[in-house]
Amino acid sequence: MARDLEEYLRPGLNSTPFCPGCGHGILMNLILRAIDELKISMDEMLFVSGIGCAAWIPSPNFNADTLHTLHGRAIAFATGAKMFNPKLNVMVISGDGDLTSIGGNHLIHAARRNTDLTVICANNMIYGMTGGQVASTSPLGAISSTTMDGNIYRPFDLCKLVLGAGAPYVARYSVTQPLSLVGAIKKSLTTHGFTFIEVLSPCHTQFGRRNRYDSPADMLKALMESCISKEEAEYLTKEELKNKIITGEFNDGGH
Amino acid sequence: MSFRVINSTFPAGHYYFSGNEAAAEGAIAAGCRYYAGYPITPSSEIMERISIRFKDVNGVFMQMEDEIASICSVIGAVWAGAKAMTATSGPGFSLMQEGIGYAALTETPLVIVNIQRAGPGTGQATRVASGDLMQAKWGSHGDYYIIAFSPWSVQEMYDQTVDAFNLAEQYRVPVFLMGDEAIGHLRERIEVKATLKVFNRTKKKGAPPFGTNQDNGIPPMPAFGEGEKILVTGSTHNEIGIRKTDDPETHSRLVNRINKKVLNNQDKIIQTESFYLEDAEVIIVSYGFTARSSLFAMDQLRKEGKRVGLLRLKTIWPFADKIIHEIGGVARKIFVPEMNRGQIIGEVMKYSACEVVPYSQTDGEIIHPHQIMKELRSIL
Repeated sequence: MARDLEEYLRPGLNSTPFCPGCGHGILMNLILRAIDELKISMDEMLFVSGIGCAAWIPSPNFNADTLHTLHGRAIAFATGAKMFNPKLNVMVISGDGDLTSIGGNHLIHAARRNTDLTVICANNMIYGMTGGQVASTSPLGAISSTTMDGNIYRPFDLCKLVLGAGAPYVARYSVTQPLSLVGAIKKSLTTHGFTFIEVLSPCHTQFGRRNRYDSPADMLKALMESCISKEEAEYLTKEELKNKIITGEFNDGGH
Repeated sequence: MSFRVINSTFPAGHYYFSGNEAAAEGAIAAGCRYYAGYPITPSSEIMERISIRFKDVNGVFMQMEDEIASICSVIGAVWAGAKAMTATSGPGFSLMQEGIGYAALTETPLVIVNIQRAGPGTGQATRVASGDLMQAKWGSHGDYYIIAFSPWSVQEMYDQTVDAFNLAEQYRVPVFLMGDEAIGHLRERIEVKATLKVFNRTKKKGAPPFGTNQDNGIPPMPAFGEGEKILVTGSTHNEIGIRKTDDPETHSRLVNRINKKVLNNQDKIIQTESFYLEDAEVIIVSYGFTARSSLFAMDQLRKEGKRVGLLRLKTIWPFADKIIHEIGGVARKIFVPEMNRGQIIGEVMKYSACEVVPYSQTDGEIIHPHQIMKELRSIL
């Protein structure tokens, strides 16, 4: 099975740049799987990314036009390309710090304008590439290289943020939910307008080690246990929902 | 690829334009079809006119959420095949600096019109200055080179915007039109010709977009959607765009080339205008709006028999070092009036042997001819 996705990878590249235990390799696979299932030609795809580990998912790995931009600005670059040439199928892939902290303004404005972009936010809840500093998505109490006593600020609920800005398709899944995630990527690629998927992707190197996960596998297991569907969540009390991550489609784009 | 002669998009004739309107028309004439901007005094009229006129020419206009988004979306549009521009003033120009460095390293041709106002900070938003000239050269981090014009008339706001696009396309470099509030809001008669010369970026299928075998070469530039599977990155990259962030040779070769491609062609890029340099005892070196006052002052003093000359810098960067060196060898003194604390005078002093006399004004007002005349009389 793996070899049939090889045509989507830039020739000459042998491995991903990601650490052992990183979820981004899984996400990379699932994005290509969705494109393959939809039979979209890589010649019409433009992948835009910012700065950070997740920005290396498409650049240079995907065998298509790729634009690796400034930190936080991927959506602004993508807006220019898409608005000038609407025939391009533009997908933005970047991290949580990139898209929602330094780039948060571009995110909400592109959602408000309903610019026809597919935005995939690989959320590892930490600044991975720079050495594990706290992010605007880190859970309360999280240990990071800048919050050794635990994070004291609430994390963003990214899906609510983008929903509030008016995006027609908004979903959240973890890399431990691959089938749902492929389905969501396919929907976002076929929904006209601004579509947003938050993908929970573990970073063992910078987050897991500091937060008492003994191995990458433990972190994946913990992610599997904390992710529940929004349908399940309806039956849980506020207390039971503590430390749970609600996944699913929060706006289905009319599908 | 070379220059082509095309018909003007605007009917030929004489018009009464403001400088800002003329810049918008010049951009459209040069083929600009993507514009992104954010409102800022005193440049907003450029954006307003583009937003209306782009409907006539099928251009794409975006009012973005800030100047950072403006410059970034311009770069995105350029790689999608557009000729693109943004316009701003000091605070917005500051916000664009990171994007400018990205454009320089990725060799993205684009035009920025900076209608300078009195800074620093928010300063005096509606008043004139020319305090951003060093920022134009050094504003983004690292070593790179750009091209900057300094228009002195509404006609030049039109003509130099066309030139700016042509040089951007020719050298794959950001080009700045460093106007100021006085020239942006000045209204005067300009002539729009029936035809104009434009340069469109060179394309060569399959050729590497980020390198040539010459160390000052300008590689051809493909666009997204042409099946070239382009890799654009603001990190150090090899000739096909693969990141090489720890290879000393790749970095040094790339940084040197993006500087040399401008510097080695500076004789073709630099434009100056000379008045009475042959017999001048004192030469005024002037640019932008101030050059109008300088010309008037020179004419008056000439009528009194004083041997005053004027060298007008139509381009600021690359700097006209050779001609400054020449006049510094013949004149007794060079006089440099500027609406800043003395930015270009430093460059003049670098290349001239004679005495260089400054005249700085940072009060948000233009420098009037009588001020220049008074100063010149005291040094003649």
